[in-house]
Amino acid sequence: MQQLKPVDVVIAGGGFVGLTLAKEIASRTPLSVVVLERGKPRKLADYATGMDELDYSVRYRMMQNLSEETATHRHSMRDSAVPIRQYGSFNPGTGVGGAGEHWAGISYRFYPEQFRLASFLREKFGTKVPENVAVQDWGFSYQEFEPYYWRAEQMIGVGGKAGNLEGKQIDGGNVFEGPRSHEYPNPPHKRTYATTLFEKAVRDLGYHPYPVPTATLSRNYTNPDGIARSGCQYCGYCVRYGCMIGAKAQPTNLLMPLLQKRKNFTLRTGCSVRRVLHRDGKAEGLSYLDTSGEEIHQPASIVILASWTLNNSRLLLLSKLGEPYDPATGKGTVGRNLTHQVSQSTRMFLDKPMNSFMGAGGLGTGISDLDGKEGLDAYPGVLRGGNIRLMSTGEGPIASFGAIPPGEVEQEWGAEFKKAALRWHDRTASISTEAEHLAYRQNFLDLDPAYTDKYGDPLTRMTLDWTEHERAQGAMLTGVHQKIAKAMGARAATSNSRQLERYTVTSYQSTHVNGGAIMGASPERSVVNPWLQHWQMPNLWIAGASAFPQNGSGNPTLTILALTLRCADALVDRYIKKPGALA
Amino acid sequence: MKRREFITLPAASLGGVLLYTLTGESEKLRAQASSGEIKVALRFFTAAEARVVEAAAERIFPSDASGPGATEAGVVIYIDRQLAGPYGRDKYRYTKAPFVQAGPEYGYQGKENPREIYRAGVAGLADFAELKPAGQDQKLRSIQSSNFFKLLRQHTLEGMFSDPMHGGNAGMAGWQLIGYPGPLMSYREEIDKNYGEEFRRKPMSLAQITGRAVTGWEDEKD
Repeated sequence: MQQLKPVDVVIAGGGFVGLTLAKEIASRTPLSVVVLERGKPRKLADYATGMDELDYSVRYRMMQNLSEETATHRHSMRDSAVPIRQYGSFNPGTGVGGAGEHWAGISYRFYPEQFRLASFLREKFGTKVPENVAVQDWGFSYQEFEPYYWRAEQMIGVGGKAGNLEGKQIDGGNVFEGPRSHEYPNPPHKRTYATTLFEKAVRDLGYHPYPVPTATLSRNYTNPDGIARSGCQYCGYCVRYGCMIGAKAQPTNLLMPLLQKRKNFTLRTGCSVRRVLHRDGKAEGLSYLDTSGEEIHQPASIVILASWTLNNSRLLLLSKLGEPYDPATGKGTVGRNLTHQVSQSTRMFLDKPMNSFMGAGGLGTGISDLDGKEGLDAYPGVLRGGNIRLMSTGEGPIASFGAIPPGEVEQEWGAEFKKAALRWHDRTASISTEAEHLAYRQNFLDLDPAYTDKYGDPLTRMTLDWTEHERAQGAMLTGVHQKIAKAMGARAATSNSRQLERYTVTSYQSTHVNGGAIMGASPERSVVNPWLQHWQMPNLWIAGASAFPQNGSGNPTLTILALTLRCADALVDRYIKKPGALA
Repeated sequence: MKRREFITLPAASLGGVLLYTLTGESEKLRAQASSGEIKVALRFFTAAEARVVEAAAERIFPSDASGPGATEAGVVIYIDRQLAGPYGRDKYRYTKAPFVQAGPEYGYQGKENPREIYRAGVAGLADFAELKPAGQDQKLRSIQSSNFFKLLRQHTLEGMFSDPMHGGNAGMAGWQLIGYPGPLMSYREEIDKNYGEEFRRKPMSLAQITGRAVTGWEDEKD
C-alpha cells in the first residue's frame, strides 16, 4: 500500500460532474484538486476515426467494461438478482468525460413542481397518491435554482426556443415549462423532414410543438469561460459516439482545456476508487487501485464522490458509510429512491424516404401537453406525465435495417424478409416519450450477496419494477403517439407498451438512472443536504443524479450540471471559507 | 503452430458488385467483370466451418433479384474476424458465476462465449453446404430459436451493413443496396432540403472519408 501526500480536494470520477467541480474549485481557489478516473484519457482527436456504428453503437466501445464490473437486478425482494451480463437498459460511461462524451445532448429543464413533488402531489391528489410512493421535495425551489439552469445552459451552449420568458408564454417554445430569465443562448437546430411532418400533425391536433433543446451547437459559439466550439454538421454520429468536431458539449472540450492550464489540478486515470477512508465522523481521503493493482491512499481535506449514479451509492455501502436503506422498515438512507425512466416509443411506417442517417443527438420536435402536471384530468390515476417527441438522432445502417410492419413477413430472415426490409428501409420514424418515474418504497439499491466485480467486491443490486402507475402513464402517452402517427399518415405504427409489463434489462430505456444517495430536507430520509453535503460527515460531498429524489421527465444532464454548479458555489463561497455543516 | 486455414471465394462475387443504383428500385446488380479466385486467410473458422457459415448466411440474406447478398458482401469474413477478436471470447461481457436460468427480460445468461456457440452450432450443420436451398431453409427453421441462430442472423446483417474495415460489406455492396452514403462528416447543407426525397450518394468508407487507415475493435491487441 502506498500512502500519498495529502491534497486539499480529491474527487472520485472524471465525468461531467467531477470535472465541473474540479474546474470551479481549481479556478476559483488556490486549493489542490486531484481527480481519480478509472478509465482512460480521452481527447478530441480520438474521435476522428470513431464514426463506426459497429464498434461504438452495436458493441458499446465507449462504455464501462462489463466484464470487470456491472450491476445485478431483481424485480422484487422475493426474487434473487440476475447480473446484467451485456448492455441493455442503460449505458454507463467510463474514461475521461464519462457518459458526458457519448450522450445525446438533449437539455430540458425539470418542471417547477418537480422540486417540491411530494408537497405538490399531496396538495393536488391527497389520499389518491398510492401509499408506496416515496417521492420527496428537493429542499429548494425552481425559482432559487433558475440562475444555475441559466449558467449551465450558457456553459454547454443550449440551442432552443423559450416558451416561457419571465411568465410570458411564447408560441413555438415549450409553453408549459417554468419561467426562464433569458432566451436560450443559441437558436434551435435545422429541421429534418420527419420533424416537420410531426410538427404539422401535432399542431393540427391542437398540441404545442417546440424544438427539443440541445447541447449540440446549432452555430459556432463561445461560452462564458471562453471555450469556442463549432456548429453541428448533422453527421448523425452522436449518441454513443464522441463528437469529432466538438460541436456536442463534452467534458473533454468544455472542461479539460481549462483544467489543463491549472497548476493546482491533477487528473489521474486508470485509478479505480474502492473506498472512502473515514474515521470518527470525518472523511480522510480515497483508497484506490491503479492499473498495476497497487492499493494507493490519497488523503484529502475534502472528499467528493462524482462517479456514475449507481457507483456513488456503492462506494458508500462498500465504505460502510451511513445506514443502508431497509424497505421493510423504511429506515436507513443509502440506496433509497432508485428510479429509472418511463420510456416508450412508437415506430411508424411512412410513404416517403426520411434520409434518417442525417441528424444530431438532440435534434427533434416535441410536445409537453401531457408532461409534468399538464393535461392529466382525463386520465384518472396518472399523477405525472411525460414528453412526446420525434427525434432525428441519425440512424445507422445496421440498427435501422429490418423494420417491417407487423404481420408482413413470416420470419425475420430469407428472401421475403430482405425484400420487405428493403421496401420499408428509411420509410420509418419513431415517436418517443420520456415520462417521469416516481420513487417507490420498494425500489432501491444495495450490495449483491452473490456476484462480485473483478476485485472481488460485491456488485450493486438494483431492486426495481414497474407499477400500475407507469403502465397508466405508458398507455396515456402511447395512445397519443398513435393519434399523431395517424395524423402523420403512417401506414402502420407499433408501440412498445409491453416494455412496462415487467422491467426488462435487455431493452434500452435511457441512461437516466437516479437516486440512491438522495438530497433532501431531512437527515432521516436523505443522504446529502440540498447542497450535496453529507448530513453526518460535512467534508464529504456526493454529486450527480444519485442525488435526485425521483426522476424528472426531461433528460437529466442539464439539471445535473446546474445542481453541480450550485454545489460548487456552496463549497467555494461557504464551506471552504468556514468548514462545517451548511445550514 | 496451427495450420492456416483459408476460404476461397470467386473474385467476381467478393467486392465485385460495384454497379450503383441511384433510384433504389429493385434491379439486378451486375457483377463487375473480374476473374479468378481470392484466397482469404481465416482467423477462427476452419475452411469447412467457413463454408457452412457462408452458406447459412446466404440463406439468411440471399443474393436475388432485390440485390446482392451475404456471399457477395463477404459476411463470412466479417464473422470470422469478430469471433477471432475480443468480442468472440467475451472480453467485454460479465462472465462470472453463478450462471442461472432467468427470464427473457435478462437476455443471454449462458456461460458459452460466441466462439463456443458457433463451434457447437456449426458442428450441428455438418452437411449444410451440400444441401439444396429448400433443405437449407428447412434446417435453419429447425434451429431458429437457438442462440446460435440468433447470433448468426444478427451477425449476417452486421456483416452486410458495417464499415468494410470489419471484413464484410465488400465493395460497400450493403450500403449501395440501401442507399447509405457512408459516415459522411457533414449534412449541414442537405439536412433541411431533400424533404421526402432520397438523398443518395455513392458510398464512401470511413477510411476513404478520413483519408487514413482505420482498424476495428477486432484488431485490438491484448
